[in-house]
Amino acid sequence: MKSQPSAATVTPELLAQHGITLDEYARIEAALGRTPSLTELGIYSVMWSEHCSYKSSRVHLKRLPTKSDRVVQGPGENAGIIDVGDGWACAFKIESHNHPSYIEPYQGAATGVGGILRDIFTMGARPLAVMDSLRFGPIRDDGRTPHEIVHKNHSILEGVVHGIAGYGNCFGVPNLGGETRFEECYSGNPLVNAFALGLVRRDEIFYAKATGVGNPVIYVGAKTGRDGIHGATMASEEFKEGSEQKRPNVQVGDPFMEKLLLEACLEAMKTGAIVGIQDMGAAGLTCSTCEMGARGGVGLEVELDHVPQRETGMTAYEIMLSESQERMLLVADKGREKEVLDVFAKWGLDATIVGTVIAEPRLRILHHGELVADIPNQSLTDDAPVYHRPVGEWKAPVPAEPTKSALARLGFEDKVSDRDYTEDLRALLGSANICSKCWVHEQYDSMVQTNTVQGPGGEGGVMRIKGTRRGLAMALDGNGRWCYLDPKLGAKLAVAEAARKVACTGATPIAATNCLNFGNPEKPEIMAQLSAAIDGIAEACTVLGTPITGGNVSLYNETRGEGIYPTPVLGIVGILEDITKTVPADFRQEGDAVLLIGARKLPPIEHRLREFGSSEYAKTVLGEVWGAPPSLDLAAEAALQKCVAELAEAGLVHSARDISDGGVAVSLAEAAFANGVGVSANLTEPADLPAAWALFHESATQVIVSCAMASVEKVKAVVQKYPELLVANLGETVKDSLRIQINGKTVIEEHISGLQHVWANALEAALHEEVLA
Amino acid sequence: MKFGVLVFPGSNCDYDTYHVISEIAQQPVTFLWHDSASLENCDAILVPGGFAYGDYLRTGAIARFSPVMQSVKKFAAEGGPVLGICNGFQILCEAGLLPGALMRNAGLRYICKQVYLRTETTNSPYTQTLRKGEVIRIPIGHMEGNYFCDAETLARLESEDRIAFRYSTPAGEITAEANPNGSLSNIAGVLSEGRNVLGMMPHPDRSAEPLLGSSDGYKIFASLVKYLGVKEGPASQEMAVR
Repeated sequence: MKSQPSAATVTPELLAQHGITLDEYARIEAALGRTPSLTELGIYSVMWSEHCSYKSSRVHLKRLPTKSDRVVQGPGENAGIIDVGDGWACAFKIESHNHPSYIEPYQGAATGVGGILRDIFTMGARPLAVMDSLRFGPIRDDGRTPHEIVHKNHSILEGVVHGIAGYGNCFGVPNLGGETRFEECYSGNPLVNAFALGLVRRDEIFYAKATGVGNPVIYVGAKTGRDGIHGATMASEEFKEGSEQKRPNVQVGDPFMEKLLLEACLEAMKTGAIVGIQDMGAAGLTCSTCEMGARGGVGLEVELDHVPQRETGMTAYEIMLSESQERMLLVADKGREKEVLDVFAKWGLDATIVGTVIAEPRLRILHHGELVADIPNQSLTDDAPVYHRPVGEWKAPVPAEPTKSALARLGFEDKVSDRDYTEDLRALLGSANICSKCWVHEQYDSMVQTNTVQGPGGEGGVMRIKGTRRGLAMALDGNGRWCYLDPKLGAKLAVAEAARKVACTGATPIAATNCLNFGNPEKPEIMAQLSAAIDGIAEACTVLGTPITGGNVSLYNETRGEGIYPTPVLGIVGILEDITKTVPADFRQEGDAVLLIGARKLPPIEHRLREFGSSEYAKTVLGEVWGAPPSLDLAAEAALQKCVAELAEAGLVHSARDISDGGVAVSLAEAAFANGVGVSANLTEPADLPAAWALFHESATQVIVSCAMASVEKVKAVVQKYPELLVANLGETVKDSLRIQINGKTVIEEHISGLQHVWANALEAALHEEVLA
Repeated sequence: MKFGVLVFPGSNCDYDTYHVISEIAQQPVTFLWHDSASLENCDAILVPGGFAYGDYLRTGAIARFSPVMQSVKKFAAEGGPVLGICNGFQILCEAGLLPGALMRNAGLRYICKQVYLRTETTNSPYTQTLRKGEVIRIPIGHMEGNYFCDAETLARLESEDRIAFRYSTPAGEITAEANPNGSLSNIAGVLSEGRNVLGMMPHPDRSAEPLLGSSDGYKIFASLVKYLGVKEGPASQEMAVR
């Protein structure tokens, strides 16, 4: 055997193909003390890619809060873990699969689900629920987006939803929905962020760490093929013309295989013979071998001839860089291999000893008995490049104040103008961002495992934990438009809204995971967005008591030089001490009181109109965007969330729903739909703002609750304990109509079923229009 | 009285079905692995939902060949109660224990939602505690639930009172709008000739507790428990071969 791998012929073209800069190459040579082999170059290329190394974001991510009494495992493992009580812990994480989902929507989205599920069960946790945050370009003719782009957006949306459904349904994990939004900027660059959560006994958590020199390294699951080679590198560049040609870089998922892998892994873990385990996701065998070694301070030596292969004649380079799905790498106790192998045989899966743990902290790869890579682990992981990229300035190119035409159409002059506000409400309810996402959610199995207490369509998803009184709540939120207008404030609002949705179910928000979707970090203004958004998340998560336990950064979300809106997506997990006290989002019965709980301090009048420019109403109805996102007082937000939890705990409220897209009018309508219970409400508003503002503004820190008439004073007494908050009578639930007055004058009146029809059918109708066109 | 829940590779409602029997009905229950022909003295067999063998080739097409299914066929032939839910229904059709086939939904999409079923017969171990015409609320979750059989078979099913459930409106009307998947004659569940085998697409295992939104489906399990409690017969004997 040669003592070192054969040197590659390194040319600038070869480095460019691998996305390695000259500086980075010099570091590789220094780390190895020689010229790398081609396999080694490939290994560095994926491990030092943005996707795996977080080289642009790492210095900023350090500012995120990651600790609390509940946090068992913070960032750095396959998933974060929190203690939920009764001996249970919850593993959860969000991850993006944006680039593959544009190139091949079905498989891209499907393997995104597969990847995040493996991250969860690698830790010994059985996946309990998933949710997705999806962003697409316009799916309706808006007069601006070319017809062929709308058409393409349809096929991306349909492919992504089918992919998520196809994978998750077969695997057998309930999908509790999440959120789906549309903006022009996502046309060439959809976002597919998958959030998964699993349960594990606190004392049965597994880590991705190799230990015990001489222990066998076992490869399990699907065979290795040529699919997905350089997937991580692809996810680390912008899309150009011809990016569709990268389709072979997208992996193909097999949810049936993953289901077998789940059952087999959990059963094998029970034998007690497994020392460490990591899934093979991005950068496949490369990432799992060097990371497991690095975490354990040991090395792994692997002979690639033993790796089960789907195709013949694969080179060491291809085997190491393949991103074939449904594979795991584990380290077992020497002498107990058979116990592990037997479990996998029972489930009909390949399980092969491919190598051993060695004392030297290096990654040593052999192929046909010949050394093809010999790299210090550290140089691939902790010592990967970290960039302090220039942070410039970002200012959205939109007017700060409403234009004259917007003011005129708002009816600013005469407060309640002749505008038909019922028609405005109908337009909002039928708009892509607000309309029912039933067409999406009904394609997902939301009930398998029989734990779903609140499925898609509510504020957050709620799952019971069998054998306990407890439950877990989860929610996702992100508003790209707000972050575009003000990245820091927009990011804070995403944390606040996701946590508020969790709080509305009656749960206490405990921890967070984030998926940071941004453009090209080599542009200083993009780094400005990223840095500001991280500051916002850090501040909000600190005040709201929801540390970040992990997540994912997705950069280079640009097509032909056009970046997406900066889109941090936040996933929040909360705990319900008593699952029977879960609060639904919908009105339950006629004759209940309807109250608004919100921040006592409102922004000054002139700010309110500025903030209105970031609303769905401004975008959808007025067709203009200006100003800033709603202001946020985090102390009031924290008080509101505590207050709602207290009301739920006391069993005082029948429903709770936050006010978000489309304002109070949309929230009231949505609360009415599920059970066909109407509402009559009167808004008391200052005289100097247009009615449209009163109905449709999206100020933060507001929740609508309903309760028995007899409980109103008790509810008020609870709210009054929080000096930051204010409670107001909005009205009461009624038979089957929606009536909203402003200072006693009726501005909206309509039968619920008419509004519901618009809201429920808009998405499917938009997709069908395409068929006719 | 002992229940057996079959487990195929890819079954994913096996734990759910087990949970209903052990925790709600509080009866003895065991898992039966696909690769073993032994039914371990079980008195009733439950074929759970999921994607047996990945549903590759065709739903249920591979599962029917598994060793455990050979024993289930024998068990059913001797009058033993067998309940197939969702993928279980598809497997029982493929195995020839029930007539007809389940095609892809009319809308060509997976559908997961609550639907309403009208009870069409009370003459079975599964529906004896329901009322004829009783409407129950119960969820579906499937891609291939579009029931089909030829005209002759349909006529037989009707004349022999073997249609257990039809998709209906909450008021019990059988309408096209109430039919979620295009099933022939709104059929949601059918019985075997001997009335001891029931296959149904909706999930009674998912509607057995009020906390989860509906407990109507539990009535089907309760019927079966009651039936087994009073009936002693071939079901209580060891049916396993090998």
